[in-house]
Amino acid sequence: MPGNADNSETAGLLPVVPFLKIPDEGSPYLEGSRCSECNTTFLGERSNCAKCGSRDGLESLPLANQGELYVYSIVCRSFPGIEVPYVSAIVDLEGGGTVKGNLINIDPKPEKIKMGMPVEVIYKKAPRKDAEGNEYLTYYFQPKS
Amino acid sequence: MSDVYVIGIDMIKFGRFPETSVPKLGATAAHLALDDAGLTINDMQALYSGNLGQAGAMVGQRILAEIGQTGVPVVNCANACATGATAFREGWMSIKAGVYDMVLCVGTEQMGKGLLGGGGGGKGIPTEGLLGSGTMPAVFAEAGMEHQRKYGTTFEQFAKVSVKNHHHSTLNPKAMYQIETPLETVMGAEMISYPNTKLMCSVNVDGAAAAVICSEEKARQLGKLDRAVRVKASVLTSDPYQERNLQMPDVNTCTQRAAKSAYEMAGVGPDDIDLVELHDCFATAEILHYGNLGLGKPEDAGRMVDEGETALGGRIPVNVSGGLLSKGHPLGATGIANIYEISTHLRGEAGERQVEGARFGMTHVIGLGSACAIHILEKVD
Repeated sequence: MPGNADNSETAGLLPVVPFLKIPDEGSPYLEGSRCSECNTTFLGERSNCAKCGSRDGLESLPLANQGELYVYSIVCRSFPGIEVPYVSAIVDLEGGGTVKGNLINIDPKPEKIKMGMPVEVIYKKAPRKDAEGNEYLTYYFQPKS
Repeated sequence: MSDVYVIGIDMIKFGRFPETSVPKLGATAAHLALDDAGLTINDMQALYSGNLGQAGAMVGQRILAEIGQTGVPVVNCANACATGATAFREGWMSIKAGVYDMVLCVGTEQMGKGLLGGGGGGKGIPTEGLLGSGTMPAVFAEAGMEHQRKYGTTFEQFAKVSVKNHHHSTLNPKAMYQIETPLETVMGAEMISYPNTKLMCSVNVDGAAAAVICSEEKARQLGKLDRAVRVKASVLTSDPYQERNLQMPDVNTCTQRAAKSAYEMAGVGPDDIDLVELHDCFATAEILHYGNLGLGKPEDAGRMVDEGETALGGRIPVNVSGGLLSKGHPLGATGIANIYEISTHLRGEAGERQVEGARFGMTHVIGLGSACAIHILEKVD
């Protein structure tokens, strides 16, 4: 909703991935594309349809901030400097688009994580900077309250 | 079009050989396969070489520099974990097409230890552990959790795959490990990415395997049909569009399609297959492929491993070599090494782990991203 959000939290931050959009006004969102020929929804911007091969008619749209946990893994071993354990999650967004990310604000134990549970997308400053000291806005999933 | 025959095939014992080089590993396997065929490099009309780690570095030519620069055409193949099988299939196609009548196929890999996958792009900040995980254990854990979601497959059932394949490898002197690993050891090992513990992840090893393949006429002319193995089907697929596969690699659909084509090409069905070497890069993966390859219903996969149907002596033995989980997984060599395993059973030369009376065998590999290669091999009477 343009004008409704307080943008002070995202000011000066770069998007962690190209499909995370930080508008000048309004809240950040994940961008998708939809094929006008076959109606398939993709994460991110794209020129051609991977499903039907259509070369035009791909239109950008904001994806939903709600969805359902499809599957997950609890990652207990990673590379040096990466905090474990964490939950790697595949989420199907309402209205189309599938995205991978960290599921937070949940106990990382199999008995606590239910496939099919409703989750929401939240946006926060990433706990990492790049070599030039730039800061980034990232997204996470959390159980829907 | 002539049928294609394997007339010489072998692999080195998989292990860790940091002191040697990729071309030297490939040269050793090439010599073993040529010796098995009773031929020399001078008899080969082309070389199809599979290697992933040095894909830009002309590994095939460097193998010939080790064993004989005969000036024949060399094709270097890279196709993730389907690399070796792709090199074999390129050779198969050249004979099918009638361009050559006898060629050498070699798969080679030298690996480091540790996690594969999860490397970020060049720009910005690394996203591993921030936007989920791209490591192979996590990717295949998520693929396994999809099976759990659909069919209720349990952590214990996934773990039993690893117990089985480690047991099989105790009978295979060419496997990296010959160690029994009971269920509590597998389940109690360090958790890497739930539900895959360390002992449910394939072993990164160095290895090489090679095959001499030829036309029927050539095999007859050379008097090599007695120990030959007939290639009844060779199929390669990529992953068709699926709604999640840009975020979650799909190893299922490309396998299902490859299996269907392979059965049609070979004129056989799953019930005719006596043993299978399939792509158990993680214990979770093996469970998926029982259904994908038609060895049973997808919902029965957990039960199949519970009841020993896929163990040596069971209804359809799977990964009698020890599989990638215990024989080891040198990426570019795996696709030819599993053709070696099946050929050895069809020749009746597999010793203690022999699947008795084996007539048809299947090999399957998946290169994530994705490529699936399947071969069906037949004993020659």
